[in-house]
Amino acid sequence: MLSRTADNLYWISRYMERAEFLARILDATARLATLPAAYGGAGNEWESVLLTAGAAEGFAALYDKPTERNVTEFLAFSPENPSSIRTCFERARSNARAVRTALTGEMWEAINGAYLELGRYEPKNMTREEFARFLEWVKSASLAFDGSAYRTMLRNDAYWFSRLGVYIERADNTARILDVKYHVLLPENERIGGSLDYFQWSTVLREVSALTAYHWVYRQSLQPWLVADLLILNRQMPRSLASSYENIVRFLDDIGSAYGRQGVSQRFSRNVLTRLENTRIEDVFRSGLHEFISGFIADNTKLGSVIADQYLL
Amino acid sequence: MASAFDEMNGAEGEIREAYAALKRWLDTAPADHLALRRSQAELFFRRIGITFAVYGDAESTERLIPFDIIPRVLTKPEWTRLEEGLVQRVSALNAFLADLYGPRECLKAGVIPEDLIYRNAGFRPEMAGRAVPHGIYCHIAGIDIVRTGPDDFHVLEDNCRTPSGVSYMLENREVMMRLFPELFSDNRVAPVENYPDSLLATLRSVAPRTAGSDPVCVLLTPGQYNSAFYEHSFLADKLGIELVEGSDLFVRDDVVYMRTTEGPKRVDVIYRRIDDDFLDPLAFRPDSVLGVPGVVSAYQAGNVTLCNAIGTGVADDKAVYSYMPEIVRFFSGKDPILNNVPTWRCREKDALSYVLDHLPELVVKEVNGSGGYGMLVGPHATRQQIEDFRRKLKTAPDGFIAQPTLALSTCPTFVASGVAPRHVDLRPFVLTGSDRIRIVPGGLTRVALKDGSLVVNSSQGGGTKDTWVLDA
Repeated sequence: MLSRTADNLYWISRYMERAEFLARILDATARLATLPAAYGGAGNEWESVLLTAGAAEGFAALYDKPTERNVTEFLAFSPENPSSIRTCFERARSNARAVRTALTGEMWEAINGAYLELGRYEPKNMTREEFARFLEWVKSASLAFDGSAYRTMLRNDAYWFSRLGVYIERADNTARILDVKYHVLLPENERIGGSLDYFQWSTVLREVSALTAYHWVYRQSLQPWLVADLLILNRQMPRSLASSYENIVRFLDDIGSAYGRQGVSQRFSRNVLTRLENTRIEDVFRSGLHEFISGFIADNTKLGSVIADQYLL
Repeated sequence: MASAFDEMNGAEGEIREAYAALKRWLDTAPADHLALRRSQAELFFRRIGITFAVYGDAESTERLIPFDIIPRVLTKPEWTRLEEGLVQRVSALNAFLADLYGPRECLKAGVIPEDLIYRNAGFRPEMAGRAVPHGIYCHIAGIDIVRTGPDDFHVLEDNCRTPSGVSYMLENREVMMRLFPELFSDNRVAPVENYPDSLLATLRSVAPRTAGSDPVCVLLTPGQYNSAFYEHSFLADKLGIELVEGSDLFVRDDVVYMRTTEGPKRVDVIYRRIDDDFLDPLAFRPDSVLGVPGVVSAYQAGNVTLCNAIGTGVADDKAVYSYMPEIVRFFSGKDPILNNVPTWRCREKDALSYVLDHLPELVVKEVNGSGGYGMLVGPHATRQQIEDFRRKLKTAPDGFIAQPTLALSTCPTFVASGVAPRHVDLRPFVLTGSDRIRIVPGGLTRVALKDGSLVVNSSQGGGTKDTWVLDA
């Protein structure tokens, strides 16, 4: 297939996944920000969510002090923000239009529908309730796209490139949450039983929709190392780094065998997965959670460019 | 202007044979039936428009071209004559182009003035003396035809560059067959759905001789912001070929490749929907980002076929058009089967003074204009518009031709007031391959929806109709 088509499919998925991620972190942040200070409402939630979204610099160029209003506007609606929910939907749609014939009708309708619906939201003077409904809608739009791709696409290279976009974006998003919040998971910050940490940890889990999953997997109260374990190493957890890489390796293998050729991206992704598989959470904490996450983010970014070099350019 | 010939009612008000079955159906169909079907047709177009990604948002929904549910009907004998005329005309156009970029016999013989060619913006000196694959220049032509009487068909324009509209021809038939299956059992209508197959066969037949037995064809689009992008994507899909943008292609050692996930893949035939000017920044406009650097050099080296060839625009020109009867005679040795519309060339002194004296009754066109712009329709113009044109004509007479205001034939059309006659034209698509010429029966009928209007262009209130050629 045309490299541009593969590239578009890959980025459509990344944008749709990113939009959902933004909706999740905004949702979790809004919840955290309403808590009294004693329960973890530290007052800098809106700054923190900008860091998690990787949008702090762009924000600082346009606004002064982060507030609930300007941060939500920037992350959700701003056309100035290259990764706002609005921009993500617009770019996904523009990419989809360019490769319309490579998409199934259902996928196109999911994207085009989201784009058209987006126009009906009036960001000015949105109440908290309206904003919460908006975030719910964003998540359902992303789910509809994901479901339509899963259900309707032929299992060929078009599908595999589209899925690669999902998992590379997802791995990046999960790692970013950990990168920004790693300090609340470190032992020295631990104040056993303190409600402050409890709400910080539960926020991290909420950001990846894993609060319920945590209890099912570990059957105990929130522990920072188990939160990290769930998000980094646990393969049952669909947003964990390990699970994302299992998928990445699988889809790259599918591409490699269809084309009869393995390359740098197959080898590189397998190495990342092997490292995740051979690591225990104790090792991660011993050698430094922050360093581990930073290293992972760098690897994941590198894989993105290796895939681009090998297939998309 | 004489009163127009109506294709259903004829001159004497009788029902003409081609429309007999359709007329019975119109008379018996309940009034609200047509309205219902029309709204269903619109829904269908909106849906496929949305599905195919062009007419998605509120602004461009308005760009849906109106579709009229009453078909335009031609009999088999009418079509057979048209078809012969089209084959003759397009063969002559191709011979003319090959001659202009080759031996120039027609210029030596004085068939057409040299300066009309050499000073023509569509003429590409880069192609002079270069052989093109199989000697064919205009692979895909759209010949605009108007009718003024039972046997009077005239060619109004030859579109030899990148004619569009064929997707409407195909979709119009698709929607008609869905909405009115009963009409298709009462009338034996020649199918058009083989157009994509014919086009693909044409493209494959003109691959360079160096290409293998399975030549790689692509459709080159300026991209999704082009107004015809929908058609490009539709056709690529129907042909099963890649829809490429300039950046998907690159040239190495005079060979064109497309960038694929499995590495570079050689391209043999490019059906390009980009104008000459934007095709190659190294050869033409250096600021073009739509094109492919080096593609012209690959073309000149004979390693890739461009459809249509570079420089066909010279035959598209309205001043050159006026010489078409002589051109057809020169190259075919026969009288033209299809007439031109009588044309005054304002570059000629006598013609100019006639035109200036008769502006209120003439249609004046810019030689290089298209899409119905830059045009004066005398009988419908205000005094001011006429005076503006008079000034333009006096300043630059070379840039204009004039034609009588033709009484274009009318067809019954379903409009707000009910079924009423509206003026129509016809654009058949003529495909020239190395093996043969292919024409699907019919073409695109455009209709001026405004009462009395003669302008059928979609940019100016025109709509389209399904076009039937009855096979029995």
